[in-house]
Amino acid sequence: MPYTARYKGLLLLLFILVILMALVNVSLGSVEIPLKDIFSILFTKGTNQESWQYIILEYRLPKVFTAIFTGSGLAVSGLLMQTLFRNPLAGPYVLGLSSGASLGVAIVIMGASVFGAGAAAFLLSKWSLVIASSLGSLLVLLAVLMASAKLRDTMAILIIGLMFASLTAAVVSVLAYFSPAEQLQQYIFWSFGSLGNLSWQEVSILAIFWFLGIVLAVFCIKNLNTLLLGENYARSLGVKISTNRFIIIIATSLLAGSITAFAGPIAFVGLAVPHLIRQVIPTNDHKILLPAVIFGGAILMLVCDIAAQLPGTEYTLPINAITSLVGAPVVIWLLIRKRKFIF
Amino acid sequence: MISASDLSIGYLNKSGDTCIAAAINIEIEEGELVGLIGVNGVGKSTLLRSLSGVQAYLKGEVSILNKNLRKLSSEELAKTISVVLTEQPISKNLSVSELIALGRQPYTNWIGSLSKEDRNKIQTAVELVNIEALKDKRCFELSDGQLQKVLIARALAQDTPFIILDEPTTHLDMYHQAYVLKLLKKLTQETNKSILFATHEINLALQLCDKIIIMEKDKVTAGSPKELIEKNAFSNIFPSDLIYFDKESISFKIRT
Repeated sequence: MPYTARYKGLLLLLFILVILMALVNVSLGSVEIPLKDIFSILFTKGTNQESWQYIILEYRLPKVFTAIFTGSGLAVSGLLMQTLFRNPLAGPYVLGLSSGASLGVAIVIMGASVFGAGAAAFLLSKWSLVIASSLGSLLVLLAVLMASAKLRDTMAILIIGLMFASLTAAVVSVLAYFSPAEQLQQYIFWSFGSLGNLSWQEVSILAIFWFLGIVLAVFCIKNLNTLLLGENYARSLGVKISTNRFIIIIATSLLAGSITAFAGPIAFVGLAVPHLIRQVIPTNDHKILLPAVIFGGAILMLVCDIAAQLPGTEYTLPINAITSLVGAPVVIWLLIRKRKFIF
Repeated sequence: MISASDLSIGYLNKSGDTCIAAAINIEIEEGELVGLIGVNGVGKSTLLRSLSGVQAYLKGEVSILNKNLRKLSSEELAKTISVVLTEQPISKNLSVSELIALGRQPYTNWIGSLSKEDRNKIQTAVELVNIEALKDKRCFELSDGQLQKVLIARALAQDTPFIILDEPTTHLDMYHQAYVLKLLKKLTQETNKSILFATHEINLALQLCDKIIIMEKDKVTAGSPKELIEKNAFSNIFPSDLIYFDKESISFKIRT
């Protein structure tokens, strides 16, 4: 293919942008630290200012890695879902994973008072939120997998995911109605999403899940390409449709589930990045699309995080709001620009 | 060679199987162009799906190149039969060359890289169907006739001894119907592949096919066009109130 060389160049460019944005991200924040010192903290012996060293190594750097893993992971799950369902509006959360996570977290936060003060203190620790949201996603995932084993029609899984989302949203509203304002606020803060509160230990757990999800996605590349022809053609080309569907769902769940557990629900990145990348690299070959989407997701997330810090101020806006503010106009712009949404 | 003996096709249900057609006996030889005709809903597509291994059949046996269809793995099957389907859920954003290249999937490595041989086969397919000029277009830019040719090229790239097409002439004008069917005829002659296609263009099929399979509600008849005409096999396909088969002109005529 004549385009391959150009695509490889673009991939390299995207990768360089990831590094660049990561550096910009590290250098910005509510405390001003001179670039010279940042570089010496990152790459050489460090600096005399211990507080700076702490801010960079224990706060900003884990946040940069979290942004990279979340952005790229969500973007990959978006791509997987869009190809599996052959639906341009599919995203990482169409399987209902984030709704499951929300339900788990809502039960822990807003139900904590029911279990008494001692239990509440334990339940509201950070790990219990992570565990609750993982369990929530896992439950929904199991339900979706059971449904997918029973159903021949892939589209039905999409609808089942949407139904789970409505169901859990309803349960969350009921819980919210009976909750005191303080706990409601805590839940809402969780739903804003956050990249900044992860320790290195948590980042490495996220990294393991990310890696597993990406490896599975890489092994699906060939079949993903075949799926572009539709399931019947794919079957005639020797693709085992249900096995393949199972692996794609597992990969998506590993990525979206672990990201939601650690960073909360983050909207639009998964939906928008694959479309943005197709604008830059007009190919359908997942060999190119997958790495491109990984880099693209990381870049978008790093940029959103920079925007969320409101450079020059002490405020940090909720990351989920920023990604939606960026993502929604992008999707609208794509629709208007192409007039026809060919997928 | 593909053969079906005492084949029953239909759907497997928990409450009992739904049989659509039974006691089907068909033989298709190497290099034959075979047309499958019958009224809407008689089970042509089901028969094609059963023969191509996409759908399980109820009873009887299908053998391909002396191997039982059920014993073939999905990879072996993909190297034996390629299909062109009526439904078009394909991503229209695919370029023509990408789409044709996907025909090589059964032969490529785990990540789907094309080898030199793969590229050659793709090029041969493009030349056989004569769509060199369309290679860089995207599918949404193509007319129905062009898309049909591209889908046939994809099946050719899959490099299988059998090609099965489900109504390849739907949505095409008379010229392109003739074009596509002549193309199929040419392919059977030049590549010695066996091609089976379902069609409603009986008049065209009669002129081009080596063999015709007529599917009726309770029986399936097969034979060369000449034999079938002599046996009056065409007179009962359709209700006789509107059209009839005219032996002289070898075509269906409207009753006046």
